[in-house]
Amino acid sequence: MTNTAISVKGLKKSFKDKEVLKEVDFEVQRGEIFALLGSNGAGKTTAVNILSTLMKPDSGEVSICGFDVQRQPEDVRQSISLTGQFAALDGMQTGRENLMMIAKLRGVSNPVQVTDNLLVRFNLTDAANRRADKYSGGMKRRLDIAMSLIGTPAVIFLDEPTTGLDPEARIEVWDTINELSEGGTTILLTTQYLEEAEQLADRIAILHGGRIITTGTLTDLKEMFPPTKVEYIEKQPTLEEIFLALIGKGGEVNEK
Amino acid sequence: MKSNTGVLLGRLMRNILRSPDTIITVAITPIMLMLLFVYVFGGAIETGTDNYVNYLLPGILLITIASGVAYTSLRLFTDVKSGLMARFNTMPIKRSSVLWAHVLTSFVSNALTVVVVILVALVMGFRSNADILDWLTVVGILGLFTLALTWLAVIPGLTAGSMEGATAYSYPLIFLPFISSAFVPTETMPKIVRAFAENQPVTSIVDSVRALLYEGTVGNGIWIALAWCVGIMVIAYLIASKAFKRQLG
Ligand SMILES: Nc1ncnc2c1ncn2[C@@H]1O[C@H](COP(=O)(O)OP(=O)(O)OP(=O)(O)O)[C@@H](O)[C@H]1O
Ligand SMILES: [Mg+2]
Repeated sequence: MTNTAISVKGLKKSFKDKEVLKEVDFEVQRGEIFALLGSNGAGKTTAVNILSTLMKPDSGEVSICGFDVQRQPEDVRQSISLTGQFAALDGMQTGRENLMMIAKLRGVSNPVQVTDNLLVRFNLTDAANRRADKYSGGMKRRLDIAMSLIGTPAVIFLDEPTTGLDPEARIEVWDTINELSEGGTTILLTTQYLEEAEQLADRIAILHGGRIITTGTLTDLKEMFPPTKVEYIEKQPTLEEIFLALIGKGGEVNEK
Repeated sequence: MKSNTGVLLGRLMRNILRSPDTIITVAITPIMLMLLFVYVFGGAIETGTDNYVNYLLPGILLITIASGVAYTSLRLFTDVKSGLMARFNTMPIKRSSVLWAHVLTSFVSNALTVVVVILVALVMGFRSNADILDWLTVVGILGLFTLALTWLAVIPGLTAGSMEGATAYSYPLIFLPFISSAFVPTETMPKIVRAFAENQPVTSIVDSVRALLYEGTVGNGIWIALAWCVGIMVIAYLIASKAFKRQLG
């Protein structure tokens, strides 16, 4: 067993004549949090869809935990979980039912217990028997991530996990992701927010113009960015701290 | 694999029971049509029978199914749009079980509404002297018709860009029985309309069901009726499967 969880070499994908991924290469080690940073339309979702066997690449080698996405999709699906860009749940079912459904489909041996544990862990016990379409954005996202954890996949893909969430909910999701990573799960997340990558990622790759233009740790990247930009990044959490202080959650932020 | 389809079927059926409006709208429209045609237009319609409910019921049942499958498209469309479909497709389950769960849901829910409509027809005076075998044949034809329209409904459900787009196709389907032998005999229609009415699937299916319910024979048209159902089903199935694969690009 190698230490590489995700390996992408020379990945290409076009839609009709539109080249979205021109030549994408990166590797993610087991247990890492890896952020794929890119602006709107950079191809983040396309890359995640290919990695999670939803889409076929035009060319290139993509493997997850040593399994090739094209030749061994079944094995790949055993090893992964996808949390898509929008919370993928059945709004007409309760939180508990959503979790139970996934637990049964994944064939876990004790679905009721798994569901109960996740409800507690994601602070959804009180809302467990309410319909998911009545949840707030943050609760939906939490349920969505909880659904992805069932069956303890080795690799989790999170496509823009905090887009559209308020700062409070965003921090909840960040906490969850950090917790997951401590448990040894490999996480690939996409984001448009520099601060999110900064907060979470062990390593960051910037996807631009169909290629990974840089990869590295935050320190590596900071050296490459012009100082003015770095200052701008550093202001963001301050604003957030003000917002959170005003709504009475300031204490939690300072702990981070 | 079978149990996965079962889990997904359970979820979809629960959703149907939770939104009674869908059950009611599906059953109410054909029931209203039946009331309208029997008690308002019926007296003026010359069909050569004294029991117009009997004459009407087969066509009404086809309308029931045609409007019922629109909800199949809607449910599929919702799963695709919500990302649930993508979630299922990245899980270690057989991908076709997701589609089959929708198809079975369509089958079960349509069967339920058809039973409701038949019960209302009984109250309105529907009577049949068909024996068990005739009834089983009727169930078989209606079942095939449901499957054929269900697979047809899967196509827009998977490919539509909007909710309206996903269900728009069902209007012509619901309208088709009006230009058939469902409400009035085709003999009174102008030549071109008559030619269309007599050669479209609804007429052959309606005539076969009528023959089974009231004449105790399968009628000559049954092979044409079966051919239409199987033909539509096979073609729709192939297109739907292709759309499903293409969606996985
Ligand atoms: N199925 C598709 N057919 C045609 N074009 C597509 C398809 N999917 C994506 N695209 C195009 O590919 C480009 C990249 O899309 P993608 O969704 O991967 O970007 P993204 O980085 O996830 O963007 P966002 O931040 O908005 O989510 C976009 O220009 C998009 O219009
Ligand atoms: Mg995206």
